[in-house]
Amino acid sequence: MKVALFIPCYVDQFYPQVGIATLEILKKFGCEVVFPLNQTCCGQPMANSGFNHLAGGCNENFIQNFAGADYIVCPSGSCTLHIKEHLHSDKQEAEALKIRKQVFELSEFLTDILNIDRIKARFPYRVGFHSSCHGQRGLHLSSMSELMLPAFSKPEQLLKDVEGITLLKTERTDECCGFGGTFSIFEEAVSSKMGKDRIHQHSANHVDYITGVDMSCLMHLEGILKRHHSPIKVIHIAEILNASY
Amino acid sequence: MTTLTGKHASNAAAFIKDEARTDWHDETLWMVRHKRDLAAAGVLEWEALRNYASNIKEHTLSNLDDYLSEFEKNALANGIIVHWAPDAAAHNQIVYSIIKDAGIDRIVKSKSMLTEECHLNPFLISKGIEVTDTDLGERIVQLRKEIPSHIVLPAIHLKKEDVSHTFHEFLGTEANNNDPQYLTGAARIHLRDKFIESTLAITGVNFAIAETGGFVVCTNEGNADMGVHSATIHIACMGIEKIIPKAAHLGVFTRLLARSATGQAITTYTSHFHRPQPGKQIHVVIVDNGRTTQLGREDFRNSLKCIRCGACSNTCPVFRRSGGHSYHASVAGPIGSILAPNMNSTQYADLPFASSLCGSCSNVCPVKIDIHYQLWKWRQVLMQKGEGSIGKKWMMQGMAYIFARPKLYRFAGSFARKFLRTVPFLAQSKTFNPWYKNRELPQAPKQSFTEWYKKQQ
Repeated sequence: MKVALFIPCYVDQFYPQVGIATLEILKKFGCEVVFPLNQTCCGQPMANSGFNHLAGGCNENFIQNFAGADYIVCPSGSCTLHIKEHLHSDKQEAEALKIRKQVFELSEFLTDILNIDRIKARFPYRVGFHSSCHGQRGLHLSSMSELMLPAFSKPEQLLKDVEGITLLKTERTDECCGFGGTFSIFEEAVSSKMGKDRIHQHSANHVDYITGVDMSCLMHLEGILKRHHSPIKVIHIAEILNASY
Repeated sequence: MTTLTGKHASNAAAFIKDEARTDWHDETLWMVRHKRDLAAAGVLEWEALRNYASNIKEHTLSNLDDYLSEFEKNALANGIIVHWAPDAAAHNQIVYSIIKDAGIDRIVKSKSMLTEECHLNPFLISKGIEVTDTDLGERIVQLRKEIPSHIVLPAIHLKKEDVSHTFHEFLGTEANNNDPQYLTGAARIHLRDKFIESTLAITGVNFAIAETGGFVVCTNEGNADMGVHSATIHIACMGIEKIIPKAAHLGVFTRLLARSATGQAITTYTSHFHRPQPGKQIHVVIVDNGRTTQLGREDFRNSLKCIRCGACSNTCPVFRRSGGHSYHASVAGPIGSILAPNMNSTQYADLPFASSLCGSCSNVCPVKIDIHYQLWKWRQVLMQKGEGSIGKKWMMQGMAYIFARPKLYRFAGSFARKFLRTVPFLAQSKTFNPWYKNRELPQAPKQSFTEWYKKQQ
């Protein structure tokens, strides 16, 4: 299966190990992975700040990089959702629409397309799963506490069989961490307070790590953890699923 | 009236400074959200009920003119006097005329967010009318010269100690007696007098039924009924979107309303008004005040489905940590943030940004308004209208320029990482870098993923 790897800009620049883990997992499952070299950003920072009308050049660049791919896989629920909902093109709208249907977040690609129910990995730690809102409420990677519907979770389904892992649920299962893209800058006080509270909920479980499908939420939480000299670390789900024996 | 005039972000920052109080506010509202979850889980067909309610409202909004006319015809036949108000000023004038014609100088009013929106209280007070809000929470904020901080729980920002202090000052209760039962008892005695003195009562309207020409008012305290029963004139104020087609539809909404709002199966009082008692009058004032403009905005139309349950505020992680007053609007919280820009796009341009776009609001909404998506769409409308700061615009233009040029992006990324590695202190400013105020910056690696990948090939 041919897969085009879509690595969010901040992962590319600040968390290359997440990109590497994603690439290696996909290869492990027999995917032929290409990484289009001229990719930049999905355009979400502009769009969520109200400047989607400036994202045209960004969109065209994305389409140029990913046109014709069978599957596009991204280790971020948020960036995936943005492409799914907002990728448009004045020049090649048909291609944009096709990309919107072909793009998948990593964990849903593993469970829904590759039909993987068990990953051979080992991670002997206490781990709190942070449900990122765009992955959860946008892409429906898991059930949501507000809806009276049967419970499920694609990422947690993958994590629960990792050898040695102790997965711990927080009291408020799917409360937002407060990152919210440029919200973290323009509403700094609320954003930081939300992050602090989320960490408080995880530390009540004495976790070693907080994980999730979005490095952006984890970057925000990491920033607060480090400021408070907390021993808790953050780790992307791809790194856990790629943690070998 | 003391209202916060700053923008949401700075109001919220001020609120959060008292962290213990912020935690208390957050936990109190989270408890209400939790009660809502339990109540919703008790209705097996909950999600189907939400769909049904949403569809009824969708249909009603598409045929609003017909249903309003049908309501008026049936209400008139019932002996109700119907008034139409295009805006807040007309609404206030109509209410005042009724009061003046009756030769009354004091009135009681139960909870009505519409009258808050129209600023009826200050208007009537300026005309020399004594207005007493009879909902306990509303009475508390009224005495404090504040506006409600929440559409269902108007005094949720206050602790019992605050209430005790306020009652001591205005009602003469014992100083520092914080016993809720004692304080409620004092309010009860105080309000009884107001009910007895008043021959005119104003109420809101939760649902107006086109088919019957009657309307329904929901309260937990029975204060609407108490006011109406002891008065000879009842004025009910409603927005045009309060209409539902048939009496048979009412049950769909009453099952959703209280469960969504407070986790109760139903409000303690669900009072139906169809016709005045002999010798008494019922007036209904039907108000537009910007609603038809909103109806004409395709992207924002279905915000008019709102039944004012407040569930979106209770679940909102931003609301819980910033308090209703930080929204500087008569309707606070996520729903207020998509309604207010319709009224004044400059004054309320900050509100659609008071959200992390987590989407929880849309999920709890009993009439399935896509609140978080409308917040996103308002952001686009407002920034295109030029309501954003010039600094933000430049920042976005810069980002858009870089992200459209892969080579420049790679250069800028590599430069930024090198910068953070060699002179990190330049980015470590709590004054100039909001990120750094409460968070460390991410570690900048030597190699980007792209650089690593190229070396593997």
